[in-house]
Amino acid sequence: MKIVVLVKQVPDTETSIKPGDKSINESGVKWIISPYDEFAIEEGIRIREKSGGEVIAVSLGPDRVVEALRTAYAMGVDRAVHVKVDDYVTFDSTYTSELLANLIKAENADLVIGGRQSIDTDSSQVVIQIAERMNVPHVAMALKLEFDGKKVTATREIEGGTEVVETSLPLAVTAQKGLNEPRYPSLKGIMSAKKKPVEVKKPEELGATASKLEVVSLEPPPPRVAGRKLEAGDAQGFASQLVKALREEAKVI
Amino acid sequence: MADVLVVSELKDGELKKISRELTSAARKIADAIGGKVHTVVIAASADKYAADLKAVGADAIITANLGDFNPEGYANGIAAIIQEKKPAVVLIPHSSQGKEYSARVAIKVNAGIVADAVGLSVDGGKVVAKKPIYSGKAYANFKISSDIQIFTVRANSQEVSQKEGAGSVEASSASAGEVRLKSLSKDLSGGNKVQLADASIIVSGGRGIKGPENWPLLQDLADTLGAALGASRATVDAGWISHSHQVGQTGKTVSPNCYIACGISGAIQHLAGMGSSKYIVAINKDGDAPIFKVATYGVVADLFEVVPALTSEFKKVLG
Ligand SMILES: Cc1cc2nc3c(=O)[nH]c(=O)nc-3n(C[C@H](O)[C@H](O)[C@H](O)COP(=O)(O)OP(=O)(O)OC[C@H]3O[C@@H](n4cnc5c(N)ncnc54)[C@H](O)[C@@H]3O)c2cc1C
Repeated sequence: MKIVVLVKQVPDTETSIKPGDKSINESGVKWIISPYDEFAIEEGIRIREKSGGEVIAVSLGPDRVVEALRTAYAMGVDRAVHVKVDDYVTFDSTYTSELLANLIKAENADLVIGGRQSIDTDSSQVVIQIAERMNVPHVAMALKLEFDGKKVTATREIEGGTEVVETSLPLAVTAQKGLNEPRYPSLKGIMSAKKKPVEVKKPEELGATASKLEVVSLEPPPPRVAGRKLEAGDAQGFASQLVKALREEAKVI
Repeated sequence: MADVLVVSELKDGELKKISRELTSAARKIADAIGGKVHTVVIAASADKYAADLKAVGADAIITANLGDFNPEGYANGIAAIIQEKKPAVVLIPHSSQGKEYSARVAIKVNAGIVADAVGLSVDGGKVVAKKPIYSGKAYANFKISSDIQIFTVRANSQEVSQKEGAGSVEASSASAGEVRLKSLSKDLSGGNKVQLADASIIVSGGRGIKGPENWPLLQDLADTLGAALGASRATVDAGWISHSHQVGQTGKTVSPNCYIACGISGAIQHLAGMGSSKYIVAINKDGDAPIFKVATYGVVADLFEVVPALTSEFKKVLG
């Protein structure tokens, strides 16, 4: 099976973010692989370990994303491709999905796996858009995948529970927490990853049309001022004050 | 054309609140750009919904008989309606279903899309969508340059306002068409009585509740308020509750009017999921817990004493 895993590089949640006019100030930002994409990489490797084939890690972004591809190599992927674009076009899911789908079609991949969302934009769009562009089915929020030839049985998370679905390859999948436990790269893997080749693709080579999104501005989050701590002698006092505050002041209950 | 099209969502045959929120938002946009509001209801008939949707601004209520949810089927049907009505703006709930079919719809109708918008305004005839990025540490404003602009919108982020639309009803012939994903079975046993994603009140518990045997304490408060039950990752990882309750970066993003955090420290990954709640109540023994930095009302006390007192106090006033 030929598997493409999508790897996005995002700021670590703990990193401090300073929004500038149209982009963030990147100095001091710690970059990581978006956590859900780690499940995607792991699943790709496990499927190959079981049934053979090839796993290709693809990352779209500026030069620094090569670090993420090296980590994917260290985990065990077979090839790595860097689609080289300026970071802020990655806000545009339709542009991103167009480049990636064109690459994946050229690779003739059977399976595409990405995270259920990237933790920078939380849009949950790119992988499903790729499925649509490839004209293949998709399984979102996958918790379990089983293959029997071209037939696929999957368990996925839905609102309020889980669903078992059946479909066929070629297929696109988004990984939800619970799909697997991502492995840590081995020291040997990290050492050999440094020497492995990373193919570079430019948007022109992938037949990009124009981005449809304009970043008008970035701004800091609306200020969230600490409210007040209620004062009371006992639990009953706290309860009656809180009920009063929520009903008469905030008027939410 | 400068029309706005809303896809509404139903739960157990009833309109979800977000359907009224989005129709109200659509009314404002349509008034600013000079168009009509179409609200699509995925049902065989509109009898039950037309009056409600008219009251919040729908000029046309369009029924689409697309059957049970299937991401491809919904995408096929909704894209067909968009192609027929040619709206300038499409608003879709950023629900678990909305996220899925919106992605396919955007490609089918060759439109740009902004997902998880929390603010919508109009500038120069185009919608400007505001959305939190980087776990809520920044907000971005986006405009879409394609003829059709699609936005998925977070529940509870738009006001419901009463402004009547023309309220005509029409049936669409759009169909689900061919789908390649077959549902074999569903298990909804571990779920919430009230869905987290669109709950307007959430009672949430963290490691401070000490063990799974204490959920009934919070469930009791939640039931009293008609609220959904949320949880921190620490409680999910400890196996006290299913992951479907988890709020945060690796759980659900929620935006209720009121979030009551009981025994939750307020780690950045938790705040990433609930930081946009309108009012936050924190009940925590530790007065220095980070949750108090974002809480509208802080209660420094033992939750095992305060939560039952709160439940009985609410029972009294809510009757
Ligand atoms: C990649 C990553 C993703 C993550 N994603 C999430 C996520 O999605 N959601 C999430 O929640 N976390 C997430 N976390 C974990 C997060 O960092 C915290 O560890 C977690 O939120 C802590 O949960 P807690 O507040 O319940 O527990 P703790 O931090 O242990 O806090 C318990 C609190 O309860 C209080 N308490 C104890 N007893 C009582 C009592 N009797 N009465 C009142 N208060 C009491 C304590 O003072 C304390 O503040 C993630 C972490 C990482 C690294």
